[in-house]
Amino acid sequence: MNSTKNEIIKEKEYSTLNLGPTHPATHGIFQNVMKMDGELIVEAEPTIGYIHRAFEKLAERRPFAQITPITDRLNYCSSPINNMGWHMTAEKLAGIEIPKRVQYLRVIIMELSRIADHIICNSVIGVDSGAMTGFLYVFQWREFIYEIFEELCGARLTTNIGRIGGLERDFSQKAWLKIEQLMKELPGGLKEFENLLVRNRIFMDRTIKCGPISAERALAYGFTGPNLRAAGVDYDVRVMNPYSSYQDFDFMIPLGTNGDTYDRFMVRENEMWQSMSIIKQAMEKLDRLDDKTSFHADVPAYFLPEKDEVYNTMEGLIWHFKIIMGETQMPKGEVYHSVEGGNGELGFYLISDGGRTPYRLHFRRPCFIYYQAYPEMVKGGFLSDAILTMSSMNVIAGELDA
Amino acid sequence: MSNITAELAIEKLNNQFGDQIVSSEMLYDFLTVTVAKKSVKDVIQFLHDDAELNCHFLTTCCGLHYPDQSEQFGMMYQLHNMVANYRIRIKSFTADAEPVFDTITDIWPSANWMEREAFDFFGFRFLGHPKMKRILNMDSLEGWPLRKEFPLEDPFRADKDDKMFGR
Repeated sequence: MNSTKNEIIKEKEYSTLNLGPTHPATHGIFQNVMKMDGELIVEAEPTIGYIHRAFEKLAERRPFAQITPITDRLNYCSSPINNMGWHMTAEKLAGIEIPKRVQYLRVIIMELSRIADHIICNSVIGVDSGAMTGFLYVFQWREFIYEIFEELCGARLTTNIGRIGGLERDFSQKAWLKIEQLMKELPGGLKEFENLLVRNRIFMDRTIKCGPISAERALAYGFTGPNLRAAGVDYDVRVMNPYSSYQDFDFMIPLGTNGDTYDRFMVRENEMWQSMSIIKQAMEKLDRLDDKTSFHADVPAYFLPEKDEVYNTMEGLIWHFKIIMGETQMPKGEVYHSVEGGNGELGFYLISDGGRTPYRLHFRRPCFIYYQAYPEMVKGGFLSDAILTMSSMNVIAGELDA
Repeated sequence: MSNITAELAIEKLNNQFGDQIVSSEMLYDFLTVTVAKKSVKDVIQFLHDDAELNCHFLTTCCGLHYPDQSEQFGMMYQLHNMVANYRIRIKSFTADAEPVFDTITDIWPSANWMEREAFDFFGFRFLGHPKMKRILNMDSLEGWPLRKEFPLEDPFRADKDDKMFGR
């Protein structure tokens, strides 16, 4: 009798906490069923797929040009990078050469959206550690970047920017002015944000050693992007497999050492400065280029003609119709192209059988792969650290669930 | 930067596995090797362990379906050697109606969800996988959505008939 009683006491009772699917602290639809020992996490079990939209299946029915809007909805914090990644994949398949000027313009767009992505992630780390102020300060810059996107393509969040073969239009004068204004004013804004957090004792105590991961585990879990670099591995697709002329630019890969929340924060923070330097370099390079007007490659079979031609010439109308309906010939082939997205290596694995749509399109979505490490990273830590870890990993529900 | 050539990788694989290597070709910048299904895990393990090839990173893996081929189902794995910046793609096909592959979760924990995704969308099972369960779709879903015969839309809808371009 006594022994059974002792056994019962020895057996600890854990409580189960259902964090999510919609929880104000998780920034998206994530569910985690957590086994708690008081305030400590014993086990976490993520459930994903709440906003699954079957992109890979949809892509098998859509002509190549119509897949760009799907990619917007992957990592919606930096849609332009996804758009460019898809265009470059299709261009690689079709063997389209892009003029230097367009490549530099694309670099500017991609780096702007990287800054916007990192602003969201870093300011949200601030919010989750109890500092709302920084978030309010830097969000005006994110808003400003979205205004630039609006000027470039008419949309802010789901941009559908660019086309296969180039950009849909050249940057307007107003867009250039805004980019110049951003380049002038963002450093001050970012400095202000860093003054609030980077050497702040409370913030450092809160984030250092919070949700750490070693370089080996990070690689085993398929980490890429800022999360992997925070663990000390200098893998950056822009340097390793340069696309869109990234080899012409001079920039650093910021690294961390411990792979904890603070390192992830710092890597992103420093990447924003690098991105600004890349944009500056791109603008200088554009000034030096002789080509001042081209905004697309000369590929009438893939690039939509000007509206003026569509309405007034027979040939223009035919090309427009053919491209929209996916009747232009895409070669047979199998191609993988990856870009450095806001949160890691975003890859497109495309099989084309020469038809109007891809035969198979697989997205290598960085956060779908690295979110698997979440249970291991939060195990043994406090619940409040788990929230911080998740926001510092930059898990975006749209990309996670495809 | 990369001092591993496609020839070296093919030679090593041929020496090690001989007739298990069905074919190899360069597709754009990617060496793609098709391997017999029963040794696909050994090949991946070999690429992972080999000191020179050192493919220590699993970039991605996914299912494939070619209903017109006799070996209609397949898996695709992309491995990466970040040090030498060398990438290789391994493919394996099978004629089984209900394919079972060996899991590679013991080599890389990152394969866990990727294999679950392949199960979810293609119905492939993975021997030795710690949790073979649907991941993105609801558990009650019938059928395997990314197989070619699975309809994108409800085929019985009468209100969405488009005679010019089909549905």
